Amino acid sequence: MTEIPPDLRMPVHHRRRLIYRHALVTRVTHWINLLCLAVLLMSGLQIFMAHPALYWGQFGADADRPAFEIGADDSGDSPPAGFARIGSSKFETTGILGVSRNASGETVERAFPRWVTLPSWRNLALGRRWHFFFAWLFAANLLVYFAAGLVNGHFWRDLLPSKQQLRPRALFHDIADHLRLKFPRGEASRGYNPLQKLTYLCVIFVLLPLMILTGLAMSPGMDAILPWLVDLFGGRQSARTIHFIAASLILLFVFVHVAMVLLAGPLNELRAMITGRFAIFVEDDHA
Amino acid sequence: MHNVLLPRRRFLALGAASLGGTLLAGCDRLSGAPDFQEFLASAEWLTYRIQRLLGGGHALAREFTASDVSPVFKVNGTGMPEGEEYAALRVGNFADWRLRVDGLVAKPLDLSLADLRNLPQRTQITRHDCVEGWSAIGKWQGVPLASVLARAALLPAARFAVFHCADVLEQTLDGTGQYYESIDLIDAFHPQTILAHSLDDAPLTIGHGAPLRLRVERQLGYKHAKYVMRIEITDRLDSFGRGKGGYWEDRGYEWYAGI
Repeated sequence: MTEIPPDLRMPVHHRRRLIYRHALVTRVTHWINLLCLAVLLMSGLQIFMAHPALYWGQFGADADRPAFEIGADDSGDSPPAGFARIGSSKFETTGILGVSRNASGETVERAFPRWVTLPSWRNLALGRRWHFFFAWLFAANLLVYFAAGLVNGHFWRDLLPSKQQLRPRALFHDIADHLRLKFPRGEASRGYNPLQKLTYLCVIFVLLPLMILTGLAMSPGMDAILPWLVDLFGGRQSARTIHFIAASLILLFVFVHVAMVLLAGPLNELRAMITGRFAIFVEDDHA
Repeated sequence: MHNVLLPRRRFLALGAASLGGTLLAGCDRLSGAPDFQEFLASAEWLTYRIQRLLGGGHALAREFTASDVSPVFKVNGTGMPEGEEYAALRVGNFADWRLRVDGLVAKPLDLSLADLRNLPQRTQITRHDCVEGWSAIGKWQGVPLASVLARAALLPAARFAVFHCADVLEQTLDGTGQYYESIDLIDAFHPQTILAHSLDDAPLTIGHGAPLRLRVERQLGYKHAKYVMRIEITDRLDSFGRGKGGYWEDRGYEWYAGI
């Protein structure tokens, strides 16, 4: 039997069907989490501005060599030049890192530009107030999400990849689909694809808890209560460095996540995360 | 299809940008509102309660070995207190310096450096964490605050120890630029809370708070008052400075700096 070229086939009728995709607790915790992450990131950058250098080990201060630092070269005559340095590689970053403009448009030396810090002006005390209030909210919200996920089966049902999905062939296929920006349609779009599941699992069970644990390891009070925690990360300054790396990875995830939403159909995806209803297009059996 | 998509994309981008701008301006307005600052500050009470619940008075800060000590221990805050009184004490190598212990105590004390060195000593190698984010490890030697307070005999109403310091960080008309700090009695009687006179086997330098500084090992650096001149035992903090329990607390920082 010869294959009929696709464009000569009988037109297939597709019916739009709304399925219930996200439980109420998932939707509510998702948006609270977004609020918390935004505030924590921006107030975290405010806090980091007080000493924009990262070290490895138990201690680290001005006289010790940082693994990463943001700064400004001020030669006197020429305007200061912002830089970021990783190990021995130095990059000029004037305008964004090290040197940027304040509210009056003047060039000032500060690690991050005013539009990414909370508050926008330099104030470590206020940055800490924002950070620690929303850290509690973030942890409580994550706890609610974990408890609900265990009770309602969300983790096993929606996030755990099936055996078939984890086969190398399926994974390669999914990577190829992502690279071609080809998204599943019809019944296949009902659940998450393997890369999506693995990414969500990594963010939910590794990066988000890691933020809390490395944050706690920076607290001198918690270090007395849980000394093993700071050992786990190889010292308080290492924990601070990991806190910064994990935050950067979460930010990277958010960019990819939002890009995927925009590519896959922003209105459908947004509605699903607000009302719970997600539209899939299935072949109409009654055509 | 193409013409429909482009305006929608532009619309989304524009919407996101203006939403972002509005949110940022809103956050700045909230940041400036005293009521909202109070609201955010309520988290400090939760942190204090939970850490006290988990660690009580007993949890000890990690103590390190001599090989862990930072090559350079950073000097922060005041490097050299101003004023003739401190200058005179410094010239006399602090022989005339006396630590006054008073307030809600049965026996007020005046202790010289020699008196303090004759009391039982404690040496501890601990990590100092600055609120700015850096850490340094140093070897501190001094007198447990508990033994000094035991000699002064606290009255039943006592709740806090207030440390009056020699350094002025900000010139103000009402004197609220003078450095001071305060801790609760749980920290005051904690075995690692010491009045330190030495760092890394040498008497404190001026930059590190000579002749005497507080060590409260489970809290951030600004709690570790330098140039301590007087310890006042009190039942309330609102009568000192601007009422928040410390120089930096009066300027928005947490009184409980265990985080």
